[in-house]
Amino acid sequence: MNTEIKLIDNGKRLDGRKPDELRKINIEVGVLHRAEGSCYLEWGGNKVIAAIYGPREAIPRHTQNPLRAIVNAKYNMAAFSVDERKRPGPDRRSREISKVISEALENVIQLEKYPRASIDVNIEVLDAEAGTRCAGLTAAAVALVDAGIPMKDIPVACAAGKIEDQVVLDLGKDEDNYGSADLPVAISPRTGEILLLQMDGHLTLEEFNKAFDLAIKGCHIISDIQKKAIMKKYQSDVEV
Amino acid sequence: MTITPAIKKDYLVKLANSGKRADGRRFDEFRKIEIKTGIVLKAEGSARVKIGNTQVVAGIKMDVGEPYPDTPEQGVMSTAAELIPLASPDFESGPPREDAIELARVVDRGIRESEVIEVDKLCIEPKEKVWIIFIDIHILDYDGNLFDAASLASLAALMTSKVPAKRFELGEDYPLPLKEPPISCTSAKYNGVVVIDPALDEEEIAEARLTVATDQNGDIRAMQKGLNGSFSKDEINKVIKVSIDNGKKIREQLYNSIGK
Repeated sequence: MNTEIKLIDNGKRLDGRKPDELRKINIEVGVLHRAEGSCYLEWGGNKVIAAIYGPREAIPRHTQNPLRAIVNAKYNMAAFSVDERKRPGPDRRSREISKVISEALENVIQLEKYPRASIDVNIEVLDAEAGTRCAGLTAAAVALVDAGIPMKDIPVACAAGKIEDQVVLDLGKDEDNYGSADLPVAISPRTGEILLLQMDGHLTLEEFNKAFDLAIKGCHIISDIQKKAIMKKYQSDVEV
Repeated sequence: MTITPAIKKDYLVKLANSGKRADGRRFDEFRKIEIKTGIVLKAEGSARVKIGNTQVVAGIKMDVGEPYPDTPEQGVMSTAAELIPLASPDFESGPPREDAIELARVVDRGIRESEVIEVDKLCIEPKEKVWIIFIDIHILDYDGNLFDAASLASLAALMTSKVPAKRFELGEDYPLPLKEPPISCTSAKYNGVVVIDPALDEEEIAEARLTVATDQNGDIRAMQKGLNGSFSKDEINKVIKVSIDNGKKIREQLYNSIGK
């Protein structure tokens, strides 16, 4: 932990936020013409685009499930999205994130409607500033709605963490680098079921409970932003 | 040829016979171009270019590294294009395929051979340290004419790039030294007509393709013919003229978009 930078001072964080305040989030639905559904999301300094293809025949064939569809999420970071250029293409980190996002989305999608199919979820991080997996999952969920994929709920993700012994919502860049814990959570907001949960760092049981509740609170706020963005697109479609 | 493209080809050919294109454009008319710079804050420079529905993002990253032994006092540039699966149902993830490599190389050549980047000014210490420029191109939405979209996005990103000297403790940041860039315009030929800025439908049935890059004086700086069809000399001359005219307009728009 770096003690030279004071991450939180007098209840205010480096970027001026309160401990339980989210960064600014902006969602646009249907930004690509080729994809079945798409979403552009800005979350603080994160800029993420998600596109859906399918349901379509799963290839290669051995990945097909005769009883249900599979969700094939691909999380990819642009070479220019980080301070030091990232080598293009998937690495171990992006494969793991792809896997946990796929699994979280499979939980809400009505997979049994599309046996042997694959629903391809492509998440592209153009600009990264801590919390890209939550941003990616949140954008993917909106893109799935835009693609008309039947789902039980619109999943949503948000992280909480700990900086300078205080539990805070939605870690920013320096908070992620120098903070002491990060806890990304994805939920199904209607039922409160937990779809994704990861943690690294150090939390006491009490701190964990606090951070967990805070992350879920954040999820519900973002869920409203998701729904508003979707309504905005389809309302304007009706008016035209 | 599968059934859908065959029907589409029929349709486009019929339209072409009466002097029309599917989206109502003239043969020598570009689609609407949008250029937006500074969209990725982590990059040294960035731009998003839309040509009709085609959407491309280019980002510039810079690093300090060793020069090539044969050019010890020149900076190094490298270009990569990713046809990410986001852009089209036919693109797959994984290592770049032939078409992504061709795209990156054509864009790279356009910038390298026309000496847009003043590599002589990117030397920090001869033989030891020079600036390395990475141009990364991401195709977000694919509706034809990636060559022009990718070149334009790369140029707009370069023209708004700052050399990150401060981050490497080499003094203050300064704008990337550049010369006037050539603008590339691509035409495609099908059924005996030549159209500029082909959309995906047109690209799919094209017999031949020609990219012409022209500079501010209307001189030709680079050309590349593609596909197995042919052009007559007359057609080539026409394509060059149309490319000069459109290049002029695009250059103006490029300068406007970066506030020059």
